[in-house]
Amino acid sequence: MNQILPPTSDELLAILPELILAGGILVAMVLGVFLRRPIALVNGLSWLLLTAAAVAVLTIPLSGPVFHGALVLDPFARFMKVAVLIGSAVALAMAWSHGRQQRTQQFEFPVLILTATLGMMVMISAHDLIALYIGLELQSLSLYVLAAFNRDSVKSTEAGIKYFILGALSSGMLLYGISMVYGFTGQTSFPAVAEAVAGDASIGLIFGLVFLLIGLAFKIAAVPFHMWTPDVYQGAPTPVTAFFAAAPKLAAMALFVRVVTEPFGSVTADWQQIVTFIAIGSMVLGAFAAIGQTNIKRLMAYSSIGHVGFALVGLAAGTEEGVQGVLVYLVIYLAMTLGVFACILAMRKPDGMVEDIGSLAGISRTNPVMAFILAMLLFSLAGIPPLAGFFAKFYVFRAAIEADLFVLAVIGVLASVVGAFYYLRIIKLMYFDEPAGGFEPMPGTLRLVLGASGAFTIAFILFAGPVGELASTAAGGFF
Amino acid sequence: MTIGLGHYLSVAAVLFTIGVFGIFINRKNVIVMLMSVELILLAVNLNLVAFSSFLNDLVGQVFALLVLTVAAAEAAIGLAILVAFFRNRGSIAVEDINAMKG
Repeated sequence: MNQILPPTSDELLAILPELILAGGILVAMVLGVFLRRPIALVNGLSWLLLTAAAVAVLTIPLSGPVFHGALVLDPFARFMKVAVLIGSAVALAMAWSHGRQQRTQQFEFPVLILTATLGMMVMISAHDLIALYIGLELQSLSLYVLAAFNRDSVKSTEAGIKYFILGALSSGMLLYGISMVYGFTGQTSFPAVAEAVAGDASIGLIFGLVFLLIGLAFKIAAVPFHMWTPDVYQGAPTPVTAFFAAAPKLAAMALFVRVVTEPFGSVTADWQQIVTFIAIGSMVLGAFAAIGQTNIKRLMAYSSIGHVGFALVGLAAGTEEGVQGVLVYLVIYLAMTLGVFACILAMRKPDGMVEDIGSLAGISRTNPVMAFILAMLLFSLAGIPPLAGFFAKFYVFRAAIEADLFVLAVIGVLASVVGAFYYLRIIKLMYFDEPAGGFEPMPGTLRLVLGASGAFTIAFILFAGPVGELASTAAGGFF
Repeated sequence: MTIGLGHYLSVAAVLFTIGVFGIFINRKNVIVMLMSVELILLAVNLNLVAFSSFLNDLVGQVFALLVLTVAAAEAAIGLAILVAFFRNRGSIAVEDINAMKG
């Protein structure tokens, strides 16, 4: 019988970022209940907490498994946590500026962003099937509520219901997979599972792996488990959609990468087929289904499905270069998505928000700076050199070719050609069509986000070296 | 006849399948979907407890307790969202969840 020891100071230091967030959430909730006008304070506090957690992640020393192997802070976790915290903090800042304008603020919003982010941090650090499940559920439950946050709107509550039902189903599948893995290995900790898998991968274990991957594919919205994405992205309030497209996607991908490479690293051939299949499906569906869309949020949902497919190409390679490519892809995707959503949040006419692509017509004349940066971001999403999106695709395709996955790489390139069509169509609308009336001026926060995202995307060639190196250190831990 | 691990796993698998079909085939009522989700989670719990008992390892039972807790939170959130939807739409029939398509 193992004796349960109290946590040591090293262990507590390793989870300092999570402790900051968890403590901060409690304080923020108390402030929200007892103050008369808590919104500005809670928003500011939440933003500071996210920043403090990011600083803490960067300064605390890396550590091996802590808390009896439940959590780990390796270079991969540090890399992904910083990216997720940046994504959450930027999404929160954009939501704040948007909410101030629309006068639809509630103090629960930043608190829910914080709980979701805490769940993501646990997911990224998870080194045990139980920690994986708890982190994933903390994130998912917060996201269900966020999707239905605009509770007077039919669309928003409908998005909440759809997300909840399919999300709960996927959690059930994932959990069924976990129970099989536990049953056939007798272990829940990742290294112990890896050891048992290496010895003898029985049919029950592969069964469990498949269910586990189905659950995770739901969370990253990969085909054929993507059907909730367009409805949820369209129905949820726009700041929430911006958040959905950024941080949770990254955290779920991080979890996916860790689960297949760490506990199931020795059965690469088994999961490689599944990952290849869902990568092809996502890329192709993302490219074709987006063509007919007229709602920009729905279009971004299909675009995000496609991008998940491209990122999975790197993972399908099953090599260190592949995982490095996935990480670079995710960072670039984060920057591009946040920039595009800054533009979507700025699509405000005098009589309210618009989401129709047609209202972007001719904005090169009415809002030239926004039109230029949005055009650059869309070129980058389409993967046109020398913008960031090109490098992202280049890294993952190179990894796939080095792993002899030629068919996958060729399909990926063809899908990105088809996908370019709908991005270019928006650029054509903005630059060559008759103006449909300009938008209201952008608030300062959105300008800042758009500027930073545009600068990162256009000048990525300057950051390619350092980002690649960081990603390579992060990916190195697995192989 | 002694009841072995296989029997427990079979019951759990049947429950799990009923739960999944309850979500996909059901065209009437969202509450039934919530019940199906609970059924899936209970199937998993049965799996975990059976494995735990046959492996002589307590971790599975601890896990089952955690799953129960999370399932309770999940049901609370699901019902809350459903109430919000009902106030807007005046119905909880599955066929009325159709404001967005594509």
